[in-house]
Amino acid sequence: MSSDLSVIAVLGDPVRRSLYDFVTAQDHAVSRGEAAEATGIQRPLAAFHLDRLAEAGLVEVTFRRTTGRSGPGAGRPAKLYGRTPAEHQVSVPPRDYRAAAELLAGVVDVLGSEQELQRAARSRGAAAGRSALRGAADAGHRDRLTGMLAEQGYRPYPDGPDIRLRNCPFHALASRYPPLICGMNLALLEGLLDGAGVTGVAARLDPRPGECCVVMTSSKNNEH
Amino acid sequence: MTGYHLAQLNVGRPRGPVDSTVMAGFMAQIEPVNALADAAPGFVWRLQDGDGPGATALRPCRPDIMVNMSVWQSLEALRDFVYRNGPHLDAMRLRREWFHKMAEQHLVLWWIPAGHLPGIDEALDRLDLLRRGGPGPLAFTFREPYDPPLSGQPPIPERASAMVMARSGMSVARS
Repeated sequence: MSSDLSVIAVLGDPVRRSLYDFVTAQDHAVSRGEAAEATGIQRPLAAFHLDRLAEAGLVEVTFRRTTGRSGPGAGRPAKLYGRTPAEHQVSVPPRDYRAAAELLAGVVDVLGSEQELQRAARSRGAAAGRSALRGAADAGHRDRLTGMLAEQGYRPYPDGPDIRLRNCPFHALASRYPPLICGMNLALLEGLLDGAGVTGVAARLDPRPGECCVVMTSSKNNEH
Repeated sequence: MTGYHLAQLNVGRPRGPVDSTVMAGFMAQIEPVNALADAAPGFVWRLQDGDGPGATALRPCRPDIMVNMSVWQSLEALRDFVYRNGPHLDAMRLRREWFHKMAEQHLVLWWIPAGHLPGIDEALDRLDLLRRGGPGPLAFTFREPYDPPLSGQPPIPERASAMVMARSGMSVARS
């Protein structure tokens, strides 16, 4: 835990935090210039902080020639910074909910109680949706939905008329018990839509590598 | 690329006959999901019969048990299809609506020489082996996978459990 704590401490700096938020919200690895522009800071400062994030393992470094040329005269490849699948967790005082979650998921799996889990998840999602609705009743449906999803750590981004989720909040558990946890996650999100009174949007499973298994699709076409 | 392919057998006890209301959702997605499997990267072969969609009319072990069997180029190819294909993952999510939870293992994976298509006896044999001895190189699961045999080693016998059981003095009983 102490090593995770020192990793997370790197995010204590507000400039680094905003760079981290920007880099991890993108669908591609970004250059120093891109990150500097997006966060409104000088390029050398961005480079310094991006390298601190990379040293801590919070972002991943790749090198790529952006000119499309190769060989002598093509210039140095650009240093790019992107998301990493590594996860860090700190709890003070020490808690280990993940071990408990793995045990419980294993038992639900053995019992074949997926449907009970989905029911419980749906009502939990609905409760979260109702309380979000009280906070932002006057926002448009799409804004309210994006706000809720961001709040819950999904890192939503628009994909045409759909909303996709860059981050799976249950990643480690979902890789171990995919149908169980993805089914639970879908039920949570369906509940959230219901509870928040968001219409014209449906949640469905459409897994993509490195992302959450759920996509929010516009169901406007089916409305009369 | 190894000289081995991965074979898979699933067994399931449906909650009703194939033409019942409770199984309607399952039966409706058999053909589209099978079509996705056929087009999936690394797909080699799947068991089919002439009387129903997919292998839904086959009852090789017991009249109340459905089977599903396929061959893939690698474990990753099968895993990608099973857990990362939207419609298939969705069917997995809903499986308790259609199938009883089985007390025993309902899925077995094993390596076969590329080009060999496993028979149902071979498949049930591997399931037997898994249920009796737990995961091992001859019969395993997604959660506890084993690597394919190294090239140059003797090929895996088709009737693995018969061999193992004969050695340990046990007999192979089929439920």
